[in-house]
Amino acid sequence: MKITPLHIFFLIILPLLLASTSCREDELVVPTEYDIIGDTHQAESSIRGFYLVNEGNMGSNKCTLDFCDFATGLYARNFYAERNPDEIKELGDVGNDIGIYGSKLYVVVNCSHKVEVMDAYTGKKITQINIPNCRYIRFHRGKAYVSSYVGPVLIDPAAPKGAVYQIDTLSLKATAKVSVGYQPEEMEIVDDYMYVANSGGYRAPKYDNTVSVIQMIDFKQVQQIPVGINLHRLKKDRYGKLWVSSRGDYQTRPSRLYVMEKKKGYNQMTVTDTIPVACSNMAFFGDSLYYYATEWNNFTASNTISYGIIDIRTKEIVSCNFITDGTDNEIIIPYGIAIHPETGDIYVTDAKNYVSSGTLYCFDRKGRKKWSVRTGDIPAHIAFLSK
Amino acid sequence: MKLANLIILTAVPLASFATEHTDSIHLAEVVVTAQRPAEEIIPAQTLSGKELKRLNSNSVADALRYFSGVQVKDYGGVGGIKTVNIRSMGTNHTGVVYDGIELGNAQNGQIDLGQFSLDNMEALSLYNGQKSEILQPAKDFGSAGSIYMRTRQPKFDQGKNYNVRAVMRTGSFDLINPSALVEVKLSDKVNASLSTEWVNSSGKYKFRYRRVNPAGELAYDTTAVRQNGDINATRIELNVNGMIRNGSWSAKAYNYNSERGIPGAIVNNVWRRGERVWDNNSFVQGRYTGYFGRFTSLNNVKYAFYRTHYVNNDDKQIKIDNLYKQKEIYFSSANEYEIDSRWKVSMSYDFMWNTLNSDMYGFAKPDRISNFLSAATAIDLGRFKAQASALGTFIHDHLHGQQSPPDKKVFTPAVYISINPLRNTDFAARAFYKRSFRMPTFNDLYYADMGNSQLSPERVTQYNIGLIYSHSGNGFINAARISADAYYNKVKDKIVAYPKGQQFRWTMLNLGVVDIKGVDISALATIEPANNLLVTVRGQYTYQKAIDVTNPADNYYRHQIPYIPHHSGSAVLNLEWRGWNLNYSWIYVGSRYNQQENIRYNYTQPWYTSDISIGKDFRIDKVGIRALAEINNLLNQDYDVILNYPMPKRNYRFSLTVEI
Repeated sequence: MKITPLHIFFLIILPLLLASTSCREDELVVPTEYDIIGDTHQAESSIRGFYLVNEGNMGSNKCTLDFCDFATGLYARNFYAERNPDEIKELGDVGNDIGIYGSKLYVVVNCSHKVEVMDAYTGKKITQINIPNCRYIRFHRGKAYVSSYVGPVLIDPAAPKGAVYQIDTLSLKATAKVSVGYQPEEMEIVDDYMYVANSGGYRAPKYDNTVSVIQMIDFKQVQQIPVGINLHRLKKDRYGKLWVSSRGDYQTRPSRLYVMEKKKGYNQMTVTDTIPVACSNMAFFGDSLYYYATEWNNFTASNTISYGIIDIRTKEIVSCNFITDGTDNEIIIPYGIAIHPETGDIYVTDAKNYVSSGTLYCFDRKGRKKWSVRTGDIPAHIAFLSK
Repeated sequence: MKLANLIILTAVPLASFATEHTDSIHLAEVVVTAQRPAEEIIPAQTLSGKELKRLNSNSVADALRYFSGVQVKDYGGVGGIKTVNIRSMGTNHTGVVYDGIELGNAQNGQIDLGQFSLDNMEALSLYNGQKSEILQPAKDFGSAGSIYMRTRQPKFDQGKNYNVRAVMRTGSFDLINPSALVEVKLSDKVNASLSTEWVNSSGKYKFRYRRVNPAGELAYDTTAVRQNGDINATRIELNVNGMIRNGSWSAKAYNYNSERGIPGAIVNNVWRRGERVWDNNSFVQGRYTGYFGRFTSLNNVKYAFYRTHYVNNDDKQIKIDNLYKQKEIYFSSANEYEIDSRWKVSMSYDFMWNTLNSDMYGFAKPDRISNFLSAATAIDLGRFKAQASALGTFIHDHLHGQQSPPDKKVFTPAVYISINPLRNTDFAARAFYKRSFRMPTFNDLYYADMGNSQLSPERVTQYNIGLIYSHSGNGFINAARISADAYYNKVKDKIVAYPKGQQFRWTMLNLGVVDIKGVDISALATIEPANNLLVTVRGQYTYQKAIDVTNPADNYYRHQIPYIPHHSGSAVLNLEWRGWNLNYSWIYVGSRYNQQENIRYNYTQPWYTSDISIGKDFRIDKVGIRALAEINNLLNQDYDVILNYPMPKRNYRFSLTVEI
């Protein structure tokens, strides 16, 4: 038989083609993984567990949701995809905040420009609300409020001001928005006024330095109070004071923590104290404010990490490290903090190098490590779920 | 907060050169360059002539996938960024040489090979370590691995003093890609060529994401169209070559001008982005080679100007509009002296000046002066050959309004030996040892907020042993060649991004240590099973174990580094029969991880594509014509090379070449 090109083609190519169709598998929805942490709570505790949002590095689409169940003592990693297998490209890119209101769980997914709404008890998606470059979420009287880096492009298209969107928690639709300062971050509502920390992070070195005040009755910005540059965290304590952190300019002006209160007889917040500590994030328990800070030091080419406790009545630093057993040496980049509202257990997350699994540490009230567990990439934001 | 991402995107596409297709329709001549092993002390792989043309490749990066030991990072599409990584040492360790002079990109150290088409490329070679020559610029002794691109040199048939060639390509992605080449013989000793090309493509292609749940039920299955991947680019290149008494000279002027969309990552709820980049890259270079008895001198000069304009128009993100300008002045003198017929020595000195200017806030505007001095020697005793070289690199950076970092001095030696132990057979054993380094780029050192001016060079040590066998004859097997190399590389002081503070703020540190063990095997055979039928088979396989050994406390300690598969390979089958040409190529990249940790969540599936093409050469009078049709990704595989950067499904390309 004479060999023709056709023969050779069939003899050599076809087996190759067949061989090559057999080694790629269907892409699976990544299943949830479970770790036993054994931290089960008393039956009378009103807390069922907590959700943790892992941000995931930008562009990786690796924002994931973990759930720690105090009833079973199980830690469920990457909970969302398995519960919502038909959601295209899963939870999204860069989670930035989480909140529970009523029976619904809200996750703010920054680079997917959406707020994901789920059933808080099943993790099943209810809907999503598209909000461009959304950052943080707070709730007030049946409404959710979401800060966003980009508001209406009206005045200066090159540098749009940020906005706060209002979402109705029944219809789950954006119902209003108000323009605030540049690149707003966290906010809180005190006595029918919302206070919004503006960062101006897109305008470096011309950072914003104000807290926007929004009157909730007509949802209008009524004032911008100068506080410090590049503001980030803004949390209210049990006495109605605001604790506001500034990131500084990363060069000469360090991160700081400011206290705002209303003077007696006045309805206006003013900056009353500057606490001389750097602050990356904070959480309250009783009269204590737990904070940590990560600051880069150019001279030693390393991060300086600090943990501390402030008495919110006296505004004094009462402890320079709330981790007492030396576990702080294991933490590379503390990235999130939360405190169990009943037990006072302290949860600190470690984001490590931002592109590998992080760790969640649980410490008891005395600062001794109870347990730790592997999380997703950049574990950051925690919300407790009531029973 | 989005800064890190912006840096990566703006940093990548600086030096750019397009290319073009200038291929000659010399019928009947089959170029199978089975080099005699003796010539090749250093492991090298070459694709040239027709073989290069037949691979269904849009660009140089596509063709490099057929070399062993190479991993191509491909962000997809016609305008997508493509960079190569040789033997897992990192893109920045790869030197890319275009017609004798290394292409530079002081800003990020990466050359986007997607911007070089194969249109006027004559040969593409990859050397592990350096080229097997001692007469070369000092800088060429410096890279851990090198890619040499050589464009076509004019050749004129008897009595002809011009060649004209025109090519038109079209196909998927709304591609329009005409090119033209004119070669003129100006005198017996001087010729010139002008090569031009235009590429226009919408960059639109369908891609698909599909997932099933563990029970095997469909979770989601969606097909979408890639957006903002358009490109409009022109390339123009003028070459003049001349012979003079005792030597030769050549000069080149080059311009590449493009506007591209950056398609970006596909993530939940984001299917389109608004980043665009304009590149305008020009250079002029000249070369003079003189032969004076036992003394040979090779001299090069170059001036390059690269302008990159990056804009982010996405109204949901930070607005960015940055202009970067890079300049480079380069001079090299390489000199070789032949002591006797078996022993040669050489010495080279290179000078280079680079600068980068940007209107970006906080940019340091660096200037860099580099001096390179090398000495090398080569011994050829017939069955034993050896080369040794040493390179000293001296770098001084100067910053505007800031204190300059300390000068850097690095000494890097290399030794290559080759033994042909058996008489009368084309079999050789070879080994090399080489140390090399890469300088931190301007971005690593001075990028606003992220750069770290205290960085040291990143160092690599390579050890390689290998065997090569080749055969050529006129029987059933015309030519055959097989080679196998095993290597061990160690990367120290690897420059990695390290987090600082909150929210994706990074800096660069000399932190990483990577251990790389690998095997490269390649084989080539040309057989003539019947009259007029030539069959060429080429195969290549790479095994790599490249693990991160930085710190036992990391949860990715001893894990395979990102995007390096354990197994990869390719196979090419070519049939040539009476002017018809059928080419089938298959590329396989095994499973790998898209992040440092080798966990299920970071697992990326293998991909393999089959490309097929059929072509016909014919002649109408004195006009040579070639028609070619290509089908790429024949099996319509949906794959990502880089996570969230989907690659095109099955696509087509047609080309028609006319040559006078």
